[in-house]
Amino acid sequence: MTEAPHAAPARVAVVGSGPAGFYTAEALLKAEPRCDVDLLERLPTPFGLVRYGVAPDHAKLKSVTAVFERIAQLPGFRFFGNVEVGREVMIEQLRGAYDAVVLATGASAERRLDIPGIGLPGCHTATEFVGWYNGHPDHADRTFDLSGRHAVVVGQGNVAIDVARILARPVDELRRTDIADHALAALAESRVADIRIVGRRGPVQAKFTTRELRELGELAGVTARAETDELALGAASLAELEDKTNEVPRRNLEILQGFANRQDTAPRTLGVRFLLTPVRVEGRHRAERLVLKRNRLVGPPFEQRAVPTDDEITLPCDLLVTSIGYRSVPIPGVPFDARTATLPHRNGRVLGDDGVPVPGLYCAGWVKRGPTGVIGTNRACANETVESMLADRDGWPRVSRTDLAAAFGAPVAWADWLRLDHTEKARGGETNRPRVKLTTIEDMLAAAAAS
Amino acid sequence: MPHVVTENCRLCRFTECVAVCPVECFHADAERLYIDPAVCIDCGACIPACPVRAIADSIDLSPEEASWEAVNRERSAALPLITKKEPPLPGADERRAALGY
Repeated sequence: MTEAPHAAPARVAVVGSGPAGFYTAEALLKAEPRCDVDLLERLPTPFGLVRYGVAPDHAKLKSVTAVFERIAQLPGFRFFGNVEVGREVMIEQLRGAYDAVVLATGASAERRLDIPGIGLPGCHTATEFVGWYNGHPDHADRTFDLSGRHAVVVGQGNVAIDVARILARPVDELRRTDIADHALAALAESRVADIRIVGRRGPVQAKFTTRELRELGELAGVTARAETDELALGAASLAELEDKTNEVPRRNLEILQGFANRQDTAPRTLGVRFLLTPVRVEGRHRAERLVLKRNRLVGPPFEQRAVPTDDEITLPCDLLVTSIGYRSVPIPGVPFDARTATLPHRNGRVLGDDGVPVPGLYCAGWVKRGPTGVIGTNRACANETVESMLADRDGWPRVSRTDLAAAFGAPVAWADWLRLDHTEKARGGETNRPRVKLTTIEDMLAAAAAS
Repeated sequence: MPHVVTENCRLCRFTECVAVCPVECFHADAERLYIDPAVCIDCGACIPACPVRAIADSIDLSPEEASWEAVNRERSAALPLITKKEPPLPGADERRAALGY
C-alpha cells in the first residue's frame, strides 16, 4: 500500500433520497478523486418528494427521476432503502464508520393551524392529503370525506394550488396518472364542487408560481375566480410590483385579473381569495363553516404584514385543508435550530452549539435552507455543500470505514427497487397508466424481494 | 411549452441557471446559452436564478420574442452541453446595470 493516488475512495453516507440527496450523491461521485456514496432512505422507495410530493398530474416534473436513475448507475453508488437513521442505525454509528455524513432529510412536519374547531372531522393538513393522493405509506390509510360541496384550502403556495387542483380536476383526467388507487376511487365519488384557496396577504405577496396559477384557469369543467376588491393594491404593493425583478407577481396579477368577474358556468368553481385569516371552524359534529377575518396590509414594501380587521366573513366549508408551512424535525444526536426548524450550518457544514463546524457532518436541501425553492434549487444547494466537503476532506476525522450494510437490517438495494418499480409499471400498463403505486411497506418489500 | 433563454443572455452569460437546472438542459456557445426543449421539464428554477431575467416560460413571451423558441431548439441541438457554472463574460456586470438589473 502506498499513499494518496492509490488510497481507497472516501466513503460518505447521504441520508435521504429526495432531490437534495441525489444531487449530493452526484457531486460526490463525480468529484476528483471520487467519494463513494451510500444513500440511505427510510422508505423502501427512492426520490422523496418527487414521488410523494409532486402532484400526479405533473408528469413532466416527475420525469426528473430519469436523472436520478442515471446517478444511481455511477460507480461507487449504493442505495439502502428501508433504513431509517434512529431506527436501524444511529447517527453516531454512521459518523464512526463513514468519512462524512450528509443529512438531506427534508422537512416532514407541518405547521398546524391553531384555531377553535380545527379538531372537527373534515379538517386536515396538506401533508396528509398530498401524502394520501400520492400513496405515501404514512398516509395511505387515511380517509377524506368528499361528500360535501364546499372545500377551503388555506395557504398561498404551490402545495395549496396542487391540493385545490386535484380536488377540481375532472377525475377522468386523473385516471391517466399515477395517483394512488384509493384516491382515484374517492375522487370519482367526490361531490366537492366549490373550492376556495385563501391566504392572509394579497395577490402580490402570494408564493404561487405563474405556471401553476395559470393552470387553474385552464382546467376543463372548472371556472377559476377571483374577487375584484381583493385584487385592489395599496401603495406598498404597487411599489413591490414596480421592482424589475418581481416579474412573477406581475404575471400572477394579470392572470388573477382574468379570473375576476368570471361567471360560474362550469360544474366546479375554484376561487382564489386574499387578505383573509381563518379564526375558527364551526359545525355541530363536523366542519360546516370557516369564519375568517378580513386583513389589511401594514408596513413598507416587501415587509408588509397582514393585520386582521373586525370585519368577519363566513365561508361554507365541509372540507378544510391547511398548507401553512413545513418544518424539519430534529435528528437525535444532531444540532438543531428550533427557531428556524433547520440545522444550523455554514455553507452546508453543520455547526455545533458553539458555532463551530462538527467535523464530517453536513446538510443539504430543506433541512439546510428551509422549505423553499423548486427541484432544481436543490442541485445548487447540494453543490455548495459538496464544495465545502471537498475543501474539508483532508481534515475529516479518522474513521473505521467499517461496512455497515450488515447492520442496516433488511435494506432495499437499488436492484430491489428496480424490481418494485417494474412491478408498479407493469400494473400501470394494464390500465394505460404510468404506474400503479404500491402503498404499504409490506407490499413494497414483497415486490422488492420477488424473484 | 418549454422554457427559453432570450436576448438578455447575450454578452452576459452569467450561467447561474446551469447551477439550478435539475436535468442538464443548457447548451452554450461563446456568447450565450440555449435550452433544449426536449430535456427541460418546466420546473422554472432558472427563471429567478438569472441575474438579468433572460429566461422565460415560452407561454409568457411577447409576439416579438416568440422566435426565441425556435432559436433555442435549433441552437441547443447543435451546441455542446454546459453543466457547471462558469464566470460571466467580461463586461457582464456593466451590461446587467445597463439592462436595469
